[in-house]
Amino acid sequence: MTEPPNTAFKLGARSIGALAFIALVVGAAAAAFAYTAGWFSPDRLTPEKIVDALSRRGGNPLGHRRNHAKGVCFTGEFEANGAGTRLSTAPMLAAGHYPVIGRFAIAVGDPDAPDVTGRVRSMAVRIVAPNGEEWRSGMNDIPVFAVSTPRAFYELTLAQDINPATGKPNPAALQSFIGAHPESRPFFEWAKTAPWTTSYADETYNSLNAFRFVDAAGESHLVRWSMQAAEPPHQVAGAALAGLGPDFLAADLKQRLAEGALSWHLVVTLAAPGDPSDDATKAWPSDREHVDVGTLVVQHAQDEADGPCRDYNYDPTILPPGIRPSDDPLLAARASAYAASFDLRSAEAADYPRTPPSPGGAR
Amino acid sequence: MTRPGERFTPLQRVLHWMMAAMVLAMLFIGIGMVSTLQPRFLVLIAIHKPLGIAILTLALLRLGVRFYRGAPPLPADLPWWQTAGAKASHVLLYTLLIVMPLVGWSMLSAGGYPIMLYGPIYLPQIMPHSDALYAVLRGAHTALAYLFFATILLHIAAALFHALVRHDRVFPSMASWRT
Repeated sequence: MTEPPNTAFKLGARSIGALAFIALVVGAAAAAFAYTAGWFSPDRLTPEKIVDALSRRGGNPLGHRRNHAKGVCFTGEFEANGAGTRLSTAPMLAAGHYPVIGRFAIAVGDPDAPDVTGRVRSMAVRIVAPNGEEWRSGMNDIPVFAVSTPRAFYELTLAQDINPATGKPNPAALQSFIGAHPESRPFFEWAKTAPWTTSYADETYNSLNAFRFVDAAGESHLVRWSMQAAEPPHQVAGAALAGLGPDFLAADLKQRLAEGALSWHLVVTLAAPGDPSDDATKAWPSDREHVDVGTLVVQHAQDEADGPCRDYNYDPTILPPGIRPSDDPLLAARASAYAASFDLRSAEAADYPRTPPSPGGAR
Repeated sequence: MTRPGERFTPLQRVLHWMMAAMVLAMLFIGIGMVSTLQPRFLVLIAIHKPLGIAILTLALLRLGVRFYRGAPPLPADLPWWQTAGAKASHVLLYTLLIVMPLVGWSMLSAGGYPIMLYGPIYLPQIMPHSDALYAVLRGAHTALAYLFFATILLHIAAALFHALVRHDRVFPSMASWRT
């Protein structure tokens, strides 16, 4: 590269070849970028597709979480007893008190759905350690999850699409999903036969997905965890909920908290060799070792519109050092889809006013 | 044999090519991770954050070296609009190298996310927790990523134009390693 600069620059045949080469290089780089973005792969299951499907289950979800859309915030603390430190170096497992911002919800798409339509209830927590490490977890009151893969979750969500003609999902779509997914039967069996309760307070909430606890020696333990209600469950048949108001769960929670704090035991279940790490539709046998690592004390409830939980994404892969995701494919999918839902609802905040209009107030 | 002052210093050349690889990886990781539900999502996001901070650190170092050591002059016969374009695109590239990681870091702060770099290493929050702020920064992070990639394509096209069409000293000033 020592020749003098070409001062008498002319566009000759060689230059046209060079320009074509430059166009090829730039075009190939742009095409690689588009391919990575999925623009050539319309069949790729993206977070947007999941979130779109979740948004089509009735009501107006704008500004709200696209799943577990109706909920109520709570604050409290996690009182670790120190028993978890032999399993994990997570700082909030060392004996002590750690602040918690959480949320109870029902697994619906419509943020105004009556509480009786929420067959699945959830608890989300964000436990914060002094140095800013966080443990976020979203748990459900079901013994097993409905599906084991993101693709099946998407198909199940599509099967719950609202038919605009009837305003209801097509029951045949759900039947055909269950027919094609034998792994989902334990969940639907539970949904049909399990008793209900009339409160968030007496439910037990399960992580369902497996995680890895890593101890001080670097040893990893496959675990699942549960928030087990200290309150004994008051079980009723589903029909008994018919007379309750549309928001009975939040009303009950506030009433109970007005009388005193509620508590749950955080119980960690250790897998035995052979227990599945990557399949949330499979329960682990009940004789596995359980370790009670502390107590969640729920002290106050707040409406979500103005509540402290509103602007947190309860992504279950936000974990402190000492806890890692397992190879369960649902975990990455949850992280990705929750982020897409959070991005959407943050941008739609105007559709979900912070201070709800007073009932009967002037418009 | 290139005369001194016709090329960027060895430190500048090392920084350029190292950061070229890092930034291209970063843009592909970013666009790939937001469009997937696969387990690689967790791997990509775990790389994205520390890589972004590494780019920010190197970009500040590089900007300092650029002010201290300067750059070889552009050919005097370059049409004025190409000279102006070269200067503007380099200002834009330096700006994006510094602004992109800061927007990402601010965005995570505004979103209420802990900013875990690696293991127990966390970054401080640099913005208040606010959904309105998060929405603006999240949109900006994507828009600036497209702008960044488009500017890099222009930069590559211009570099190859100097090398293959004009045959001037611009391309070897960064690409030549001969002593």
